[in-house]
Amino acid sequence: MEKRDFLKSNIQTPESRRAKLDQRVRRAFWLFSGIPLILALLILVALWLKSQPILLTHPITKLLFGSAWKPQRGEFGFLPFISGTIWVTLVALVIAVPICVLTAIYLSEYASGRLQRLVKPLLDLLAAIPSVVYGVWGVLAIVPWVQNSIAPLLSQWSYIFPILTKTNPTGYSVLAGGIVLAVMVAPFIVAIAYEVLQTVPFGLRQASLALGATRWQTVKYAVLPKAATGIFASIILGCSRALGETMAVLMVVGNVPQIPRSIFDAAYPLPALIANNYGEMMSIPLYDAALMSASLILLIMVLGLNIFSMLALRHVLRERV
Amino acid sequence: MSEISPHIETQNLCAYYGSTQALEDVSIIIPRNQITMIIGPSGCGKTTLLKCLNRFIELEENARVEGKVLIDGENIYSPYVEVTEVRKKSGLLAQRPYPLPMSIFDNVAYGMRIHRLRPRHEIEQAVRHYLQVAGLWEEVKDRLHAPASQLSIGQQQRLCLARGLAVQPEIILGDEPTSALDPISARHIEKRLVELKERYTIVLVSHILRQARRLADYVIFMYMGKVIEAGIAQQVLSAPQHEKTQAYISGEF
Amino acid sequence: MKWKWQYLEEKFIQFLMLISFGLILASLLAILFTILSKGLPSLTWAMVSQTPKGGFYLGKEGGILNAIIGSLYLALGGTLIALLFAFPLALLLNVYLSKTVWADWVRFSLDILWGIPSIVYGAFGFTIMIFLGWRASLLGGILTLALLEFPIMTRAMDEVIRRVPPDLSRAAYALGSTDLETAFFVVTRQILPGVATAVLLAFGRGIGDAASVLFTAGYTDRIPDSLFSPAASLPLAVFFQLGTPFPEVQQRAYSAALILTVIVLGVSLLSRWLSHFLDRYSIQ
Repeated sequence: MEKRDFLKSNIQTPESRRAKLDQRVRRAFWLFSGIPLILALLILVALWLKSQPILLTHPITKLLFGSAWKPQRGEFGFLPFISGTIWVTLVALVIAVPICVLTAIYLSEYASGRLQRLVKPLLDLLAAIPSVVYGVWGVLAIVPWVQNSIAPLLSQWSYIFPILTKTNPTGYSVLAGGIVLAVMVAPFIVAIAYEVLQTVPFGLRQASLALGATRWQTVKYAVLPKAATGIFASIILGCSRALGETMAVLMVVGNVPQIPRSIFDAAYPLPALIANNYGEMMSIPLYDAALMSASLILLIMVLGLNIFSMLALRHVLRERV
Repeated sequence: MSEISPHIETQNLCAYYGSTQALEDVSIIIPRNQITMIIGPSGCGKTTLLKCLNRFIELEENARVEGKVLIDGENIYSPYVEVTEVRKKSGLLAQRPYPLPMSIFDNVAYGMRIHRLRPRHEIEQAVRHYLQVAGLWEEVKDRLHAPASQLSIGQQQRLCLARGLAVQPEIILGDEPTSALDPISARHIEKRLVELKERYTIVLVSHILRQARRLADYVIFMYMGKVIEAGIAQQVLSAPQHEKTQAYISGEF
Repeated sequence: MKWKWQYLEEKFIQFLMLISFGLILASLLAILFTILSKGLPSLTWAMVSQTPKGGFYLGKEGGILNAIIGSLYLALGGTLIALLFAFPLALLLNVYLSKTVWADWVRFSLDILWGIPSIVYGAFGFTIMIFLGWRASLLGGILTLALLEFPIMTRAMDEVIRRVPPDLSRAAYALGSTDLETAFFVVTRQILPGVATAVLLAFGRGIGDAASVLFTAGYTDRIPDSLFSPAASLPLAVFFQLGTPFPEVQQRAYSAALILTVIVLGVSLLSRWLSHFLDRYSIQ
């Protein structure tokens, strides 16, 4: 960088028209580069302003923790939707996290360089599939599978684990949403966790292997402690992806505004609420404000997780340089 | 000169990275309880040869080994040998130290724990012993449970020595173990190695001739993947037989 | 060989890893298989060459040309507008701000934008449209998609530009170029394939996104003839047709999903090929 500044001082004499243009663009760019930040704030402020009518007339605790959703009577309790979102996301994570972390470890620590190079495009492919296609797959494959195979199998255990109770004759359920979501967030988590593992210096692995440790011992004691923060951040990032996912979940989760008690219950996550009811939101008073607050709640949940994981990842991935 | 008792022996050892040959027909012996130094210009295969001695070569992409490496007469590349057992027999000092992400104490205890070498109550005693052998005990005895990454780089290298000794190896392999250190720390390590040769067979890779003169009992000179000359250090370094060795020792490379 | 606990543990964990890896590959195959096997049988020439005729949603004549064209308009428009902002931002970010704290902030806010769910973009876009008095329209959809694609494209380009060796720009400075000239004449040429990859990535994301165009672009059976008429899109064609109770219409949803998948995967493969190109011909 010092070298560059030194060179610059040679060429940017005030007489030079080119240098003037350079200066002008440089100044204009300061404003231009503010666009992303302004945009992010604008979205937040716009949603906040539009949800004012309902935030001012209803106590916040009642909105967040009320479970009555009767727009016609002016009752807006978001709890069923918030809990639906959380349920589906948690089920997705429970399924995805072990699989993704093990896959990332496999790719980074065991697979040959050729396999690693081969798998990357496949993960990109998986990440590129549109969410509505995941939804179709969910409807065609996962929902019947949950209905016909998984539910009868797991509900046998419901007397020990109440969350396995089968209450719902269809397969449109928290579990179906969770499975589809797990597949959707997998490429993200694997890709980031893999990248994090790659930042662990090779010499550290050698140090452990040289002592006669097995590969897994090396991973467990030398690599994972170094990579733990980054892997955790990758999981949180996957979690925030899952929270905001709309179409695929909407298509398989059943959309019943209730607080789920079992993984076979239908749920109604926030994004589905927004997507399903936009058409009629002008017909009922306060309905549009309610949907805007739903967006706001969703945005805040996602932003919180994102900011947390990005700060952690920044730190981790920068150490590599 | 007394009879050489071989500890490690290679027979027609060849190593390849993909299609390029890094070692060509290397047949050497490495004497027991002496310091053997592998010298030669960079890219001559010194480090590759060292990596063949603890099967680290297998960690490289596309690497392939032919021939035999016998330690105490047993071929370590035999399919009946478990690679972790081979590596346990030799401690490694890398070019720069890599402390494991745990405390100083746990670094030394690591090898004993994964191999279950000692009952739990003896570990503390053993950690102390190996830190003393490595000459680090006095500096760290008050902060054994601090993260190892807090040590200076010279201290870290001695910690790596203690960690390697704790798995009770017979051999110490060093890949230019002093090259990343300041001169004082480097001397410290060298001093330890000279003390340790009574009980261990030490193999060092070095590109510093002066270091070879200081430490080596036995020297192997390599050039372009081949062993050109090997023998008692004094003989090779003062009266080399081969013209390439002469050229190297007089500083022509 | 001595039997030891750690070898057993090693084998066990390797087994688990292979299963996990296999599950991920299997789900990819399962999706492609499901979409292909369900979508192919009802994929006809009429599907891709006709707009919906009367009674289409009851299973009568017609195709989804409206949605294909609509999607292309939306995604192309959105990508173009996003490109207008993303390219200069990514380029000058590295030239003028390269390692400043402000650059960190810009990247950070781009990452934040990247993480915002598309349904929130949809809601935001719709709010702005109401504020301006617009109705669901092609333009609204294009602008919302542009918002969605902008951070993706910018960050992807940013990563490519950061890989340009500093020696290259130093050489340009040594010849007396200003920062601006270096950026546009030297760096740009070097990163062109990377820019194309970023554009394709954003385009693929845009064409597949349903939640953001749900309210902003609307849906119509006609091919949009102006920026202010509503526009259909492929993801919504899939979604709406799957929602009808008629098997014939649902069949069409499957083949619409197949068409969408083929477009998106084609774009993804193209961008992979381009990034390969990038690695081969750029000075490393």
